Amino acid sequence: MNATYDAIVVGGGHNGLVCATFLARGGKRVLVLEAADHVGGAAATREFAPGFRVSACAHLLHLMPPGLVQELGLEKHGLKLAARSLPTVALDEAGAHLSYEPGNLEGLARTSPKDAAALSDWYAFLQRASRALHPVLSATPPRLGTDAWRDRLKLLSIGFGIRRLGRKDMRELLRIGAMPVHDLLEERFESPLLKGALALDAVLGTNLGPRSPGTLVSLLYRAAASQGSEVLSLPEGGLGALSDALARAATSAGVEVRTGAPVARILVREDRVCGVALASGEQVSAATVVSNADPKTTFLALLGAEHLDAGFTRRVTQVRTRGFTAKLHLALDRLPQFSGLAEAALRGRLLVAPSSDYIERAYNHAKYGEFSEQPMLEVTIPTLADPALAPSGKHVMSVIVQYAPYAVKGGWEVQREPFTERILATLGRYAPQLRAAVSATQLLTPPDIEREFRINGGHWHHAELTLDQFMMVRPVPGAAQYQTPVPGLYLCGAGCHPGGGVMGLAGRNAARQVIREAA
Amino acid sequence: MLTETAPHFRQPLLKTPFHERQREYSQLDSYVPWAGYSTFDVFTNVEQEYFSVRNASSLYDLTPMVKYRVSGPDALRFLNRLVTRDMGKLSPGKVAYTVWCDDAGKIIDDGTVFCLAANDYRVCTAERQLDWFEASAIGYDVEIREITEEVAALAVQGPISAKLLRGVGIAGIERLKPFEHGEFSMPRAGGGPTVTLMVSRTGFTGDLGYELWMQPQDAEAVWDALMEFGRTRAVRPIGSKALNMVRIEAGFILPKVDFVSAAHTLYLGTERSPIELGLSWLIDYKKGHFTGRRALLQEVARGPRRQLVGLDIEGTKPAYNALLYTEASGRREAGSVTSAIWSPTCKRNLALAMVDAPFIATGSTLWAEVYLNRELVWERRMVRARVVDRPFFAPARRRTTPPADF
Repeated sequence: MNATYDAIVVGGGHNGLVCATFLARGGKRVLVLEAADHVGGAAATREFAPGFRVSACAHLLHLMPPGLVQELGLEKHGLKLAARSLPTVALDEAGAHLSYEPGNLEGLARTSPKDAAALSDWYAFLQRASRALHPVLSATPPRLGTDAWRDRLKLLSIGFGIRRLGRKDMRELLRIGAMPVHDLLEERFESPLLKGALALDAVLGTNLGPRSPGTLVSLLYRAAASQGSEVLSLPEGGLGALSDALARAATSAGVEVRTGAPVARILVREDRVCGVALASGEQVSAATVVSNADPKTTFLALLGAEHLDAGFTRRVTQVRTRGFTAKLHLALDRLPQFSGLAEAALRGRLLVAPSSDYIERAYNHAKYGEFSEQPMLEVTIPTLADPALAPSGKHVMSVIVQYAPYAVKGGWEVQREPFTERILATLGRYAPQLRAAVSATQLLTPPDIEREFRINGGHWHHAELTLDQFMMVRPVPGAAQYQTPVPGLYLCGAGCHPGGGVMGLAGRNAARQVIREAA
Repeated sequence: MLTETAPHFRQPLLKTPFHERQREYSQLDSYVPWAGYSTFDVFTNVEQEYFSVRNASSLYDLTPMVKYRVSGPDALRFLNRLVTRDMGKLSPGKVAYTVWCDDAGKIIDDGTVFCLAANDYRVCTAERQLDWFEASAIGYDVEIREITEEVAALAVQGPISAKLLRGVGIAGIERLKPFEHGEFSMPRAGGGPTVTLMVSRTGFTGDLGYELWMQPQDAEAVWDALMEFGRTRAVRPIGSKALNMVRIEAGFILPKVDFVSAAHTLYLGTERSPIELGLSWLIDYKKGHFTGRRALLQEVARGPRRQLVGLDIEGTKPAYNALLYTEASGRREAGSVTSAIWSPTCKRNLALAMVDAPFIATGSTLWAEVYLNRELVWERRMVRARVVDRPFFAPARRRTTPPADF
C-alpha cells in the first residue's frame, strides 16, 4: 500500500467532486475513485441512441447555489449555460396552457390575475423564508441531546433565524412546514394547472403525493437551496458538462481523479479507517475516506456491519431508499408539435400535471406497487437550446416520469414496455404527432438507476427527502454530521444533509467537517 | 409436549414438562410467572430448600430459560459482534457466561453460550432476544431459532450433585469440569431406550452443580430417577426464592433486580453498563468490534460513575431496597441496595448495591437506611455497610474435579 493521500473520496458524483475540491483547497492530498468511466454519477450526459445524448437523470440545473458555482469557479472551468431562466409551461389537454417563470408573471396575469398575485406573494414569502432556511442547508446539522456548546449554538441560531423572519412569516413557516402541499395550494391558488405545476415541484423525486403530509418541505427545500429565486438552467452539453467542470475544478485544486476504479471495500485497521480496496484488488491507503455513495452502500456493502453497532446497522437498513421516479429518453426525427403551443414555448419546461388531483391519482397506483396509468411528467427538449446533443435537425426529449415504483408488481422486465406505452400515450394527448417522430426510446426505471449509477434503491436523492429523514436524522442519527461511527470515515453524498438534487452542499459541508475535525 | 393445544387466552402461562411432578412436592401451591411459564417460588419453606442447595442437592426447573440455536457459516462472527467476550476462544464442549450491550454500551441481557460444534451454538438468555438478535444478524449468514419449548432443563445443584447424577446411572459425570458440557445417557427405570441428555457443569448457585438439558418427553423419567435416588439424601425441589438466596451469596446478578435491560428502560440514565455492574472482566476489547465497544471504551476513559458492589451490613435485618448514605446523618446519598439477604451459610447480612464512584473501593464504609417492622411498629435504623469483595460464598467444591464422593 502506498501512502500518498490524506483523503480518498469514494465516488466521483457531483458531491464527491465538490467535497474533493474543498478538501484539496484545505491542503489535503485527495484521490477521487469513480467506478464508472466518467465522473458525475447521476449528473451525467449519456448517449442513449446513436448520435443522441441526454442528461441521464436530472436534466435541469436549478438547485446549486450561485455562491457555490462561483466559489468553485465553474464558469472558468468550462461550465456554459445553453439556456437560463427556462419558463415553466403547465400543459392543458384543451390547449389552454399556462406559462410562467419566477421573474415574469405577466403571461399568468393575463389569464389569471388572482393567481399571478398569489404566486408573486408566494415567491416573495419563499424568498424571505430562505433567508432563515438557506443557512440551515449550508451547515452541518446540530446533534440533539448533547451538551456541546456548538450544537446548542447551532440550534439557537436556526431558531433565531426563523424568529427573525418576523411574527407573521415565522408563524406561517411553522404552520405550513409539515403540511401537505395540496392544502396550501388550495388556500392560495385558483387555477388547477398552476396548482398541478406547483404540486409537481413538491413531489418530484419522492414517494409522496400532493396530499401526503410533509410535501411542502420539498418546496421549502428547493427555495432554500436556490436562496429563494429558483432559476431553471440547461448546461451546454447536459448535466454531464457540469460534472466535467466540477472535475476540472477538482483537478486544478490538486485532486487526482481516477475513473474506472470501483471501490470494493473500505478498509479498517484497529477501529480506524485506513484506506480502500479496489475491485481490482489494489489497495490505496489514507487516514480519511469520504464516501459519496449512498448510506446503505457505504455502510452495508463497502464497510460491513462487523465494524458497526447493531442498532446503528438496523437504522441504516430502515432508511427509505427506494426510488419512484423513472426517466424516459426519446430520440426524435423532428420537433414535435404540442396542440396550442408555439414552437418557442417548447424551450421551456413542459409539465404534464394538469391538477393536484391528477398527481394524487397517479400516486395512488404507486402506493400499491403499480406504475401510474396516467403518469406525471416533466419534459424538456434540450436540443432546442443545445443542438449538439442530437444529429443535425433531430431532437432529444428528456422526460422525468412519476410514479414508477422500484418494486413494481410483475417486475420491470414485464412492465417496461407497457409503462413506456403509457408514457407515450400520455404525451400523445398533448402532442398527437409525437409518436411518429420517435426513432428510439430509453426508459430508466429505479432498478436501472440503481444498477447504472450504483445507488441502492435507485432513489434520486439517495434517501427519501422527508421530515423524518431530514437534517440531524439524515441519513441516521450517528452519521448525520458527515462523520460516521468509524473514525476517519465520512459521508458526503445526497444521503446526508441537506440532501439530493444537483446541489453540491452535502459535498461542501462534508469537506468543512473533515477539515474541522482534522484541525 | 409443552405447546398447549388450548388457545393462549385460556392458557396465559404455559406449564413445563416438570410441572405435574413438582406439584406433588408443593405444599403451598405458590407460583410465579417466569418468561411465559408458571413456576414455583417455594415448595415447603425457603430455608429448607436453601439448605438442600448448600448441604445436599436440589432440583430447580429452568425450562423457561429462553434458548436459541444459533448456527450457520457466520455464527461465530455474529456472536463475536453481539457479545462482549471473545467467542473465538470457546471450543466445542465449552460454555461461557457473557453479556451483550446496545450501541451505548448498556446491557441488554446476560446469558450463557454453549458451543456445540464449529459455528453451532446454543444461547440461553433471561429475556426473549429475537428482535435484537435479528438486528444483530443484519449482514451475517446465520440462522437464529428459538428452541425454548424443545428443550426441558433442570438444574441439579449442591455438594452431592455429582453423586446424585452418578446414582441415577449418568456415568462419567465426575470428569466434567466447570463450564464444560457433554452428552450423557441415563438408563430408563423399567428398561427401554436410555435417556440422552446434555449436561453442563454450570449453575446459578456458586456451588458444585450441573444443568441437565433433555427432550421434554424425557423430563419426567429424569425427574423420577433423581427424586427416587435423592429421597433418602435430603434432595429437594427448590423454588425461585431459595435460588435467589444462593445466587446472592454467589454474587450473581439478576435482570430486573440488579439492573434493568437497556431494551426495557424508560427513564434516561437507568441503563447499566457491564463496567457499572462489575463485569469488566467479561469485556474483550481486543477481539475486534462488537456492539457497544466504542461507547464502553469512552466509559473506561471517562471513569465509572457508579458500580455494583457487595456489602456486609451490620445487624441481621436484610437491607431490602435500602438507600445508602455517606454518613449516619443521612445527608448525602451514595447509592442503593438492589439485592439483600441474611446469609445462613456466611452468617452475614449481605447485599448487592449500586454505589457512586467515590465509594466503590473494597473497605469503604457507607450507611444503610433499614426499616424494622416490630409488629407494625416501624423503626428506622442507620446501620454500617462495608464494601466487601464478591462472591461472598465460594466453596472450593464448586471447581474441584472430580468432585468429592460423599
